[in-house]
Amino acid sequence: MFELRQATRSFAATLAVDGVDLSIAPGRTTVLIGPSGCGKSTLLRLMIGLLAPTRGTVSFDGVEVNPASAPDLRRRMGYVIQGGGLFPHLTARENVALVAAHLGWERSRIKDRVDELSRLARISEDVWERYPIQISGGQQQRVALLRALMLDPNVLLLDEPLGALDPMVRADLQRELKEVFVTLGKTVVMVTHDMSEAAYFGDIIVLMKEGSIVQSGTFQELDQAPADPFVTRFIRAQQSLTAS
Amino acid sequence: MKTRTALILLVLVVLALVPMSTRFDGPRVGSKKFTESVILGDLVTLLAEQAGVEVLHARELGGTRILFDALRAGEIDVYAEYTGTITQEILAGQGVSDAESARAVLAERGILMSKPLGFNNGYAIGMIETTAARLGIRTISDLGRHPDLVFGFSNEFMDRGDGWPSLKEAYGLPQRNVSGMDHDVAYRQLENGTLQVMEVYTTDADIRYYGIRMLEDDRQHFPRYDAVLLYRADLAEREPAMHAAMLALEGQLSEVEVMALNAQARLKHVPEKKVAADFLQSHFGMEVGTADETVWDRFWTHTREHVELVRLSFLLAVVFGLPLGILAAKRPRAGQVILAAVGIVQTIPALALLVVLIEPAASLGLPSVGAGSAAAICALFLYSLLPIVRNACEGLRGVSLDLRESAEALGLSPWARLRLIELPLASRTILAGLKTGAILNVGFATLGALIGAGGYGQPILTGIRLNDYGLILEGALPAAGMALVVQGIFELLDRLAIPRGLRLARA
Repeated sequence: MFELRQATRSFAATLAVDGVDLSIAPGRTTVLIGPSGCGKSTLLRLMIGLLAPTRGTVSFDGVEVNPASAPDLRRRMGYVIQGGGLFPHLTARENVALVAAHLGWERSRIKDRVDELSRLARISEDVWERYPIQISGGQQQRVALLRALMLDPNVLLLDEPLGALDPMVRADLQRELKEVFVTLGKTVVMVTHDMSEAAYFGDIIVLMKEGSIVQSGTFQELDQAPADPFVTRFIRAQQSLTAS
Repeated sequence: MKTRTALILLVLVVLALVPMSTRFDGPRVGSKKFTESVILGDLVTLLAEQAGVEVLHARELGGTRILFDALRAGEIDVYAEYTGTITQEILAGQGVSDAESARAVLAERGILMSKPLGFNNGYAIGMIETTAARLGIRTISDLGRHPDLVFGFSNEFMDRGDGWPSLKEAYGLPQRNVSGMDHDVAYRQLENGTLQVMEVYTTDADIRYYGIRMLEDDRQHFPRYDAVLLYRADLAEREPAMHAAMLALEGQLSEVEVMALNAQARLKHVPEKKVAADFLQSHFGMEVGTADETVWDRFWTHTREHVELVRLSFLLAVVFGLPLGILAAKRPRAGQVILAAVGIVQTIPALALLVVLIEPAASLGLPSVGAGSAAAICALFLYSLLPIVRNACEGLRGVSLDLRESAEALGLSPWARLRLIELPLASRTILAGLKTGAILNVGFATLGALIGAGGYGQPILTGIRLNDYGLILEGALPAAGMALVVQGIFELLDRLAIPRGLRLARA
């Protein structure tokens, strides 16, 4: 689905992503994880074309992602950021319907699609007519996810989608998200810094450090056959926090 | 939402463009921004009306340059000028020294000069009688012995051919404390002692009122300033009745009479038109009725003129300012140039900007001075740009990166992102810029009166000229009121144009 070859991105003098080769397999959930500043969010932004690589290439379904191709490619990708990124001047419904309306969908078609999405995530009818500021963080995140799903994209790109939520809401949403992924069978690329979340969602976990991939594989592979002492340290660090 | 925005825009455009007054196309009389010139303008106007010609008196248009340019451009057909001003100022540097050769040079330019009206309104240097007596100053040469005296001259006198620079040279005057100011303000400063020496016009009513000694011009520096009428060569053909009627003034006004007329207007606050009518009655036995203008008549006239200036200039500022602001936000390098340019415009003094714009406006065939002046509208347009451009730019730059990226990630084109996301999110800041621009515009529009564009600035300037605080308030209060009304209108507009979701966020 995504092919990254020697993808590199620098900001001024710092290399945020340094020569990454990565293939994202269709129909599965890939989690990008690593400590702050490891380049995982930058990698995601390279995939959706919000950033252009300074060197190397990123392609999606065989088409190179660049400023010319990105607007069309993005219609086949859904992107959700931490906090949702909902537009405060639009109601939840308007946020979700925005692009479809812009593309000239019929009113009835939009309504049917929103109803369909409503059933997917548990969103009550009254939330739809409210503005982002009037609904809870968890609801905002659900609406943001549905906005990303509106055009039925092939792939979902999620940048710490649950990062800003309190633990109870977060646990609920984790379960819900997983259900959605399984029901829809979408390709998902998710960024997180939480190893238990990565283990819960990730068919494949890509552990990064200082702009490069340290190891990628299933959680078992990382846990049992670490490619580098850093892998073990990273897993342990989070477990010990949980234990204490 | 789209239809609502379109509707608001449509209403605004219609309001800005519907003509409020029809342009007068009969002959026009002009006058300078001082009492005597206005009275002479009224005299010509009333004589023409008596002869059955309907004329417009474009009052208090400004200084010599503005009046003469307006005459040449055909904006006005006649105004009263002084021979000394013609030789020393209008034809300065062309080797014209006497009135007769000036007449020939002017005629080549399509402008005719009447015979002298009968009085000389020359420049003189004046001091309060008691001060002059105490210091023993009788002639201009005597000033040389008192280098500490403070001089205050009208701005025009500060740099005209026969003004301060040449006076200083002719007499070798040593004074350094010399400043330019409004002529009428100078009288008040002379009275309260801030100044000791100023230039006076020999027919100024104030000379007697303030007890001013006119110093003897012992080196004959100042030329004669015989009042004449300057008019367009084709006037005799176009309006023969008016032409004949106004020339009846030739040789009819003595210095004593003119000083008395000036005193009526300046010191007794009799309207100039009434002063002129009374003179025509006593001198020519003409029954001239002047309808008394009420405060309300004047208020409506000034309001109409003020709105006329504000609405078109503001509409232009919005039409050009918003795209410039958007461009500045999207192209940072162009943005620096744009913001610097609209900022620099603010630093240009209003009068300078107005005068610079008169010529191009006239050459485009637009009304350059007087009511509906294109120069004034253009200057106001330029002054209103800064807040509109700056706020549009800042508003768009202020949209958070998260939201801009979310919009981009949805696959919206740059234009769609601007229209659907960024402009609505920046709407509060953009509208605040429009509001500031509109209020500034209402205030700046009072400066249009500097070139006779009318509006609330007119009574303010006339009030300063006549030292009449009531008249000043007649302009200042409605201007403040209009600023408040504009503020109110924009607060209503906020409700219509700022999306509800953003207004909730503020609550």
